Amino acid sequence: MTDQRSQAEIVRQSLKRRYRKERRFRFYGIAAIGVALLSLVILFTDIIGKGYTGFIKTTITLDVVLDGEVMYLQDAADPEQLDMADFQAPIIRALQQYFPEAQDRRDVRELSRLAGSYASNQVRDLLKAQPELLGTTQTLEFLAHDSVSVYVKHADNPSYSIRLSEQQQRWVDQLVADGVIDTAFNDVLFSRGDSREPSNAGILGAIVGSLLTMVVTLVIAFPVGVAAAIYLEEFAPQNRITDFIEVNINNLAAVPSIIFGLLGLAVFIGLFGMPRSVPVVGGLVLALMTLPTIIISSRAAIKSVPPSIREAAEGIGASKMQVVLHHVLPLAMPGMLTGSIIGMAQALGETAPLLLIGMVAFIVEVPDGFFSSATVLPVQIYLWAGSAEQGFVELASAGIMVLLTFLISMNALAIWLRKRLERRW
Amino acid sequence: MNTLNSTITSEANLPEETRAQKYDDKPAETVIEEGRTVGKPLASDPKFKLRNVEVFYGEARAIKNISLDIGRNEVIAFIGPSGCGKSTFLRCLNRMNDSIDICRVKGSLQLDDQDIYDPKRDVVELRARVGMVFQKPNPFPKSIYDNVAYGPRIHGLANRKSDLDDIVESSLRKAGLWDEVKDRLDASATGMSGGQQQRLCIARAIAVSPEVVLMDEPCSALDPIATAKVEELIAELSASYTIVIVTHSMQQAARVSNRTAYFHLGHLVEVNDTTKVFTSPEHELTESYITGRFG
Repeated sequence: MTDQRSQAEIVRQSLKRRYRKERRFRFYGIAAIGVALLSLVILFTDIIGKGYTGFIKTTITLDVVLDGEVMYLQDAADPEQLDMADFQAPIIRALQQYFPEAQDRRDVRELSRLAGSYASNQVRDLLKAQPELLGTTQTLEFLAHDSVSVYVKHADNPSYSIRLSEQQQRWVDQLVADGVIDTAFNDVLFSRGDSREPSNAGILGAIVGSLLTMVVTLVIAFPVGVAAAIYLEEFAPQNRITDFIEVNINNLAAVPSIIFGLLGLAVFIGLFGMPRSVPVVGGLVLALMTLPTIIISSRAAIKSVPPSIREAAEGIGASKMQVVLHHVLPLAMPGMLTGSIIGMAQALGETAPLLLIGMVAFIVEVPDGFFSSATVLPVQIYLWAGSAEQGFVELASAGIMVLLTFLISMNALAIWLRKRLERRW
Repeated sequence: MNTLNSTITSEANLPEETRAQKYDDKPAETVIEEGRTVGKPLASDPKFKLRNVEVFYGEARAIKNISLDIGRNEVIAFIGPSGCGKSTFLRCLNRMNDSIDICRVKGSLQLDDQDIYDPKRDVVELRARVGMVFQKPNPFPKSIYDNVAYGPRIHGLANRKSDLDDIVESSLRKAGLWDEVKDRLDASATGMSGGQQQRLCIARAIAVSPEVVLMDEPCSALDPIATAKVEELIAELSASYTIVIVTHSMQQAARVSNRTAYFHLGHLVEVNDTTKVFTSPEHELTESYITGRFG
């Protein structure tokens, strides 16, 4: 009896220690997750705090008298005259309606810097499209000059006003009060390519470039990766060569992505003479980079198919190919898809290899095909983040938000697909 | 602490003594003569004619020189302690061992006088004739209908939907499952009970009208009621199929089989009519096994 009691005592004491250990371990876990969540919150607050202004555009709405005499334009249908005409003048006239005192050269120059530098192009494009409007008065909405935009968006922060003269600040304040200068959702961001002027720059070119690149990557990497995984798992003989291949695939998954960029530069552009900066080459490079990830996750998915299902099919007399196509592949598909989508998400966020194949160029036009020059989201962010203007800094943060939205939706898609397809099991 | 230790040792000693007692009169010196099987291993018009079969896993010899005939429409049970090679031997009969790289089979194995391991032999055709039911119920994660229809589909046994429906219905009827599932043929097979799943696997195996059905411990994962149903089914199937069943339950072997083969460490020790094996076995190893002295 005494022995039993002392044994129970020993157990009780060790229990205390054990529980303490477990509590400590649980605390470490919670602390780790807490730190991770906190960093995420800080990251998102910073990006959103800096970037939300990127989603706002500043407009200036003016009643422009399209006076042919002011523009030195008699016939708007004559392209030669259109090239020579002065489209800045009517905008300045329209602004002088509000500030009749601004007449000398300096004042006029400052006045002209309220509207964005593309405002005159807007007037020309309008007259080019509708020459009959010459001589009429039109209410036109222009994008405000970048420095005006920054000043308006950060009205509460004087450090953002340094690029405007005191006179300009007074004018802008008055125009804002009159409702001539207004802010709105920045649809320019989602409808244009890059630009030298932040208020005129959009991310659509980069989004389209990213999508085109991803299409190439997916079309190449998914079938090749899945086929390679099936061959290695199901058909390849177990020997030194397959071992060698396996080791190499695992190594490739760990190779820094910039190496793939060098390879793309040397092989696709150097050897095959493909053009620079195009989505096809970017897609090929990213496909090479994503392949190991897809192969490894697909092999794991195939391995996880229970052998009893294989045996069942073989026992009925299914051939090797039928076993793979009818049973292994459908059961492994959720895992393969998840791996591929995560690989694609990685590729979507990849910058380094694309810098090397020239997708870092300044490209204004939205790409219209796999062989037209393009840039991609992360590279666009890199380009904007490197610019000095406050407008570009805001755009970079806005671009990061767009990229993160894409990444989160891709990962959500992966989770949804896995849940959805696994229900069949 | 001291006393504690001593209690543990004295307790640990106890089973060792009984074990020693138990094995004292064990026929440790019993020599198994390789290739010699007592009883009646041969039959006059066999379905399977197996001569001098040896199976190797790498260097290890798992089956040692076994010769056996399996008659037409007979139910033969393979019994023996774990690791004696009965499952390995069973899986040679439809070449399920092919997928194991290190496994080699020697000797002559014939099904209806045709060599099973002939390199020119098509294993798909062989398995269509020799079906198999496994230890764990392994239905495909598809509907009940698709499970049964899969075999006929891949072998092209039914050209029309109505033919396929007929095959599915008759197979499920033979497996005694029709009345339970006829209203939910589109339901997933994985949602059935273990016993139902195993009978579905039997229905799936007989849907391709095999000549032989191999069963590898078909009831080991089932409760007694489901086991009784499967055994009933085996009795019914024995009218039209040759059945080879591996089992750990001697009662089951006694209930369902015509002949019983006793395996020991890769040897085929004794083959006899089931009643004879369980009443007056000829070999002393068989006797030790069926009286529960080891295994």
